[in-house]
Amino acid sequence: MNKTMRITVDGRKIRASPGQTIMDACDDAGVYVPRLCDVEGLVPQGSCRVCTVKADGHTVAACTEPAEPGMKVENDTLEIKNYRRDLVRMLFHEGNHLCPICEASGRCELQAMAYRLRISQATKYPYLQPVRPVDASHPDIALDNNRCILCGRCIRASRDVDGKHVFEYVGRGIHKRIGVNAENLAATNASIDDYAMSLEVCPVGCIIRKREGFFAPIGARQFDREPIGMDVETRQEHHVPKRRPDPAFGNDGTK
Amino acid sequence: MRKKRVATVSLAGCFGCHMSLLDMDERILELLQDVEFDRSPLNDLKKFTRRCDLGIIEGGCCNEDNVHTLRDFRNNCDVLVAVGQCAIMGGLPVMRNAIMHSDDPLRECLEEAYCSSPRVYNPSNQIPNDPALPLLLDKVYTCVDVVKIDYQIPGCPPSGDVLWATLSALVRNEPIDLPYDMVKYD
Repeated sequence: MNKTMRITVDGRKIRASPGQTIMDACDDAGVYVPRLCDVEGLVPQGSCRVCTVKADGHTVAACTEPAEPGMKVENDTLEIKNYRRDLVRMLFHEGNHLCPICEASGRCELQAMAYRLRISQATKYPYLQPVRPVDASHPDIALDNNRCILCGRCIRASRDVDGKHVFEYVGRGIHKRIGVNAENLAATNASIDDYAMSLEVCPVGCIIRKREGFFAPIGARQFDREPIGMDVETRQEHHVPKRRPDPAFGNDGTK
Repeated sequence: MRKKRVATVSLAGCFGCHMSLLDMDERILELLQDVEFDRSPLNDLKKFTRRCDLGIIEGGCCNEDNVHTLRDFRNNCDVLVAVGQCAIMGGLPVMRNAIMHSDDPLRECLEEAYCSSPRVYNPSNQIPNDPALPLLLDKVYTCVDVVKIDYQIPGCPPSGDVLWATLSALVRNEPIDLPYDMVKYD
């Protein structure tokens, strides 16, 4: 069982080690599977479904589905791309994503995913324009829930890396949102130095680090020139293996 | 081949997208070989003189005049192009739809703007209500909410390059193919 196996992604054979998910195997081989709720260093959750691929004919989330010997995966096909486009469009329509006024614009993974998927034309979905509160109580951090896409990355980062449990899901269905572990963020033990508050955790502009906004000028921002996923597609050249928490160390294996 | 007739309008927008049209620089001369402008703020024509091939809409609908104008454009243009984030998803004006914790967001917005804000000088303490002012809508609507839109060009504003690429393709009946660094939502 400990031998590496081979899976096929869009006709290309890649290596996968036992227990690896489809996405981790693809990442190690330099094949990018678009994703929003998954990020290197955290336990995969499989909630955004943007990483949906077809594995042996079944649509599965690549970040949670284990690779199996001889598995045939479709990743970059029109059908899968259209699924992903619809998912990303729905995220844009569910929240209040005002790119022109957002500090995260240009380094926002949701926006970058829409660029990568070439979403520019009108959709069939209505804008829900929800009314969601902003929590600016903390001296160093503000939370603008209007931009939240419920990826849960802050939840996992705070719980597994910081060991603090600052964030958690609250409510169900369309009423689901991210809650904090007290009356407001200032009443929690959250700190600007937490990994959960770092720029790489929140994929959108929901977690705002105060007094640091607009640090990169237009044209020099993360996704201005290079599409999202370029780091993965060039990973093979550097032979950097992907970081994942080690299950042997419980949930705190990353830092 | 006869020149394509183009009409443009700015609804609930800031005219930034029209400014961006001018950012095409000298290519606008090339465009004018194939295009003539009908109703547009660029030539100050207030009414359609005849049917147009292309209507360019900047901004969404925040008052009833915007809705009338947009419907007028739909009735008089073969193809409508929504230009900029305001036309596409409401942009900055749409922020008034989501004023927090309010059951009457429009009234709260107007009272803040004209009466209660600390820096407002308004001795009558009234929200402007002259009959000449177009009636404000309950919320800001995107162009897609009101009429059928055929194409949209995202951006705030869209760059001169993306406007040139899209409009020159539409005028020449060619497919629109935009490179990665042209499509921006900001």
